[in-house]
Amino acid sequence: MALLQISEPGQTPAPHQHRLAAGIDLGTTNSLIATVRSGSAETLPDDSGSYLLPSVVHYRRGKPPLVGRAAQAHLSTDPQNTISSIKRLMGRGVADLSGSGFRLPYKMVETGSNVPRLHTSAGDFSPVEISADILGVLRQRAEQSLGGELEGVVITVPAYFDDAQRQATRDAARLAGLNVLRLLNEPTAAAVAYGLEQGAEGVYVVYDLGGGTFDISLLRLSKGVFEVLATAGDTALGGDDMDHRVAEWIMQKAGIGEGAGHHQLRRLLSAARRAKETLTHADSAPVKIALEDHSHWEGELSRDQFNRLVEPLIRKTLAPCRRVLRDAGVKAEQIREVIMVGGSTRVPLVRELVGGFFGREPLTEVDPDKVVAIGAAIQADILAGNKPNEDMLLLDVIPLSLGLETMGGLVEKVIPRNTPIPVSRAQDFTTYKDGQTAMVIHVLQGERELVSDCRSLGRFELRGIPAMVAGAARIRVTFQVDADGLLSVSAREETKGVEASIQVKPSYGLTDSEIEQMLKDSLSHANEDVAVRKLREQQVEADRVLEALRAALGEDGDTLLSRSEREEIEAAMTRLHTARDGGDAQGIKRAIEALDERTRAFAARRMDASIKKALRGQAVDEVKV
Amino acid sequence: MNYFELFGLPQDFRLDVEQLTERYRELQRSVHPDRFANAGALERRLSVQHAARINQAFQTLKDPVERARYLLELHGSDIAGENPKLDQAFLLEQMELRETLADIRSHSDPHAVLDELSDTVRQRTETLIHLLGEQLQEASAQSLSAARTSVDKLMFLNKIHQEVNEMYDELMED
Repeated sequence: MALLQISEPGQTPAPHQHRLAAGIDLGTTNSLIATVRSGSAETLPDDSGSYLLPSVVHYRRGKPPLVGRAAQAHLSTDPQNTISSIKRLMGRGVADLSGSGFRLPYKMVETGSNVPRLHTSAGDFSPVEISADILGVLRQRAEQSLGGELEGVVITVPAYFDDAQRQATRDAARLAGLNVLRLLNEPTAAAVAYGLEQGAEGVYVVYDLGGGTFDISLLRLSKGVFEVLATAGDTALGGDDMDHRVAEWIMQKAGIGEGAGHHQLRRLLSAARRAKETLTHADSAPVKIALEDHSHWEGELSRDQFNRLVEPLIRKTLAPCRRVLRDAGVKAEQIREVIMVGGSTRVPLVRELVGGFFGREPLTEVDPDKVVAIGAAIQADILAGNKPNEDMLLLDVIPLSLGLETMGGLVEKVIPRNTPIPVSRAQDFTTYKDGQTAMVIHVLQGERELVSDCRSLGRFELRGIPAMVAGAARIRVTFQVDADGLLSVSAREETKGVEASIQVKPSYGLTDSEIEQMLKDSLSHANEDVAVRKLREQQVEADRVLEALRAALGEDGDTLLSRSEREEIEAAMTRLHTARDGGDAQGIKRAIEALDERTRAFAARRMDASIKKALRGQAVDEVKV
Repeated sequence: MNYFELFGLPQDFRLDVEQLTERYRELQRSVHPDRFANAGALERRLSVQHAARINQAFQTLKDPVERARYLLELHGSDIAGENPKLDQAFLLEQMELRETLADIRSHSDPHAVLDELSDTVRQRTETLIHLLGEQLQEASAQSLSAARTSVDKLMFLNKIHQEVNEMYDELMED
C-alpha cells in the first residue's frame, strides 16, 4: 500500500511542480492559445509560425476534419462542409438563427433536439462539437510546444454571453478533454494583460469589437482586484457585419443579384474583407471579383465610401457605451484609459468615434488580436497555482438579468444584471391545487418584461412536493450563479423539509445524455476508449483533492482538527490513494465522496478562519493608520 | 452572523462606504472560487456559497435603501406586505414629477427639463437618506415607523430616477 506524504506541522508541503496551464481565446474569426513561460505570457504559434488559428473547420467523409488555415482554403470551394464563425451559433436554437437575418451558407438539420446541427458530408454536427474540434487543435499545439499534458485552461467568452452560450462553451471544452479552471470575460482578460504591465489603478473601459461580437465593459482596478462594474454589448455585431455591408455594396455595383450561390457569397465576403483590411492603412482599395459567368468585375472602394457604409454599425456600439457608464454611475471624464480589443478596432473610424465618445486616445499598444489570450494565460497561470503569492483577483458580474415566468407571460426578475457573481437568491413558491406534487419553473434571461422578449434558459421541473392543500406548501427555490456565470437551481419544501428533485430541460443547451453521446462519438473517432478517459478524469480529480488536502492539513491541520478527526481524514485519504491506483473509475469517485464527507467540517472551519483572518488584517491596518 | 458582523462593521446606517468596499475586497480575496480552482469539489462548493453571501451582503449594505430595509428587518420591523402611508404633499409632488416626465418631448429643450427633473429627484433622495440616518439612529418605535415611511418614499424616488435614466436613453436614440 502506498504511504501518504504528510508534511511536518507548520511546514508547507514541498513546492509542487510548475503546472502546465494555458489561456484560450475561442474567437468568432480566429482562436489563439497562450501560456506563461519563464514569467512572461506569449501566444503559441503553429508549425508555420502563425499564432492565429482561423476558427474554421472543414469536414470530410471518412477522414478527420481540417481546422484553421487548411480548412479556410475550402471556404469558397466547398462551403457546405466548411464551417466558419461557429461562435455565433453557440447556445442558440434553430429559431434564433432563421430569425437573425444573418445568412448562413450551411444546411441546418432539425433533430428534435433544441440544438441545431449542421449537415456535412462527415455527419451532422452541433456548434459544441465543431468548437471542440477547434479547441482540440489548440490543445494539441500547446501540448506539443510545452511537452506535456495541459492541467487546466482558462477560456474567454464575451462578457455579454448568456447562460446557454457559456454552458455551450464549457461543454465544448469537456468534449475536447480540457479541464476548465474558469470561463473569463474577454474584456477582463484584456485588462489583465494591460493592467499588470502598467500597474495603474483607476477605471478602465474595454472596447472589444471582434469578428462577430461587440462587448463594452467598465472595470475598476484597485489594489490587485479587478472589479467589473458594468458590461453591455451585442452578441451579433462585429467585423463580419462590416464585411457584409461592403459585400452588399459590391453586389450592387457589380450587378450581382440576390440569388447569388454559396461560392459567389464566399468570394464576395473574402473580397470585402480584403478591402476592409487594406483600408486600415490606405485611402482606397481595389476590388476585383470573379462573377458566375467567369468574367470579372473590378472597382475601387474609397476610405470615405467605406466609412459611410460602416458608420451606422460603429454608431450602434455607442449606445451600450452610454449604458455601462450610467449603470456604473461613472462619467466619461473619470475614465482612466480606453483599451481596444479585437481585430475590428484596427478600422480607423472605430478608433476615431470611440476616442471621440470617451474624449481620449484609445490604447492600442498590445496587439488587439493577442491581448485577450495573453490575459487569459496570466489568469490560468495563477489559477493553476503557479503563483501562490499572487494577489490578483477578478470579480465579475452577471451580464443579463435572470428572471422567472409569472402569470400572464410576464417576467419577474430574480437577479438583476450587473450583480456581482457568484450570487444566490432564494424565491418561495406555493401550489395552487390540492395535492399538487410537481411544478414547472421557467427561467429566463434578459431585460424585457415579456417572456417572449427574453431568452428562455430552461424549464425546471420540481417533483416530489409532499401533497398538501393548495397554498400550504412553501417551496424555496434557490438560484445560484457561479463565478463562470453559470446557473444552477435547487429546491426544498420548507414546511416538511423535503428536498424536491429537479429535472432541467435546457431551452437551447445540450442535455447530459446528449453530451455523453457526443463524448462517445468523438472518442471513437479518435480511437480513444471511453472507459480509459473516464478513469483518467477521476484519477486527475483524486490527485487534485489529495494535493489540496495535504496542503490544507499542512496549514491548518494542527489548529483546526482534533487528533481523532485528523486520523479519520488521513485514513480516508489513504483509502482514496489506494482506489486511485486501482483501475475502477466508480471506486475512485466513491472514495472522493467519502473523503469529502470526512472533511466537510474541516473545510467549513478553514473557510471561517480565513474570513476572520481577512477581517483581522483589516483591523491591524487601521491601527497602523 | 448578520451582514454587519460579516464585514466587522458596527450595526449603523451611517457607514463608511470606502471602508465597506475595502473589507469586501479583502473578504472576497479569502473565499472567492478562484482561490479554490485546484481544491476538491467540496471546498469549491463551499467557496461559491461564501462568496455569494459576501456579495449579497455587500450589495445590501452598499445601497442606502437596501441597507435601511435590512436594518429595519434586524429591528424586527418587516416592511413587506404593508401599504405605504405616505403624506399628501409627497404624493402630489410625485404626480407632478411624473407628469413632467411624461410630457418631456413637448418641451423645446427636453434635455434641459430632464436635467432639472433629475436634479430634483437627486436632492429629494439625499434629504431623505439624511433623515433616514437620524430615524434609524434614534431607533424608537415611533422613529422606526417613520423610517419605514422614508424607505417607501425612497423606493418611489428610485423608481422615477430609473425612468428618468430610461428617458435619457430614449432621447439619445431619437
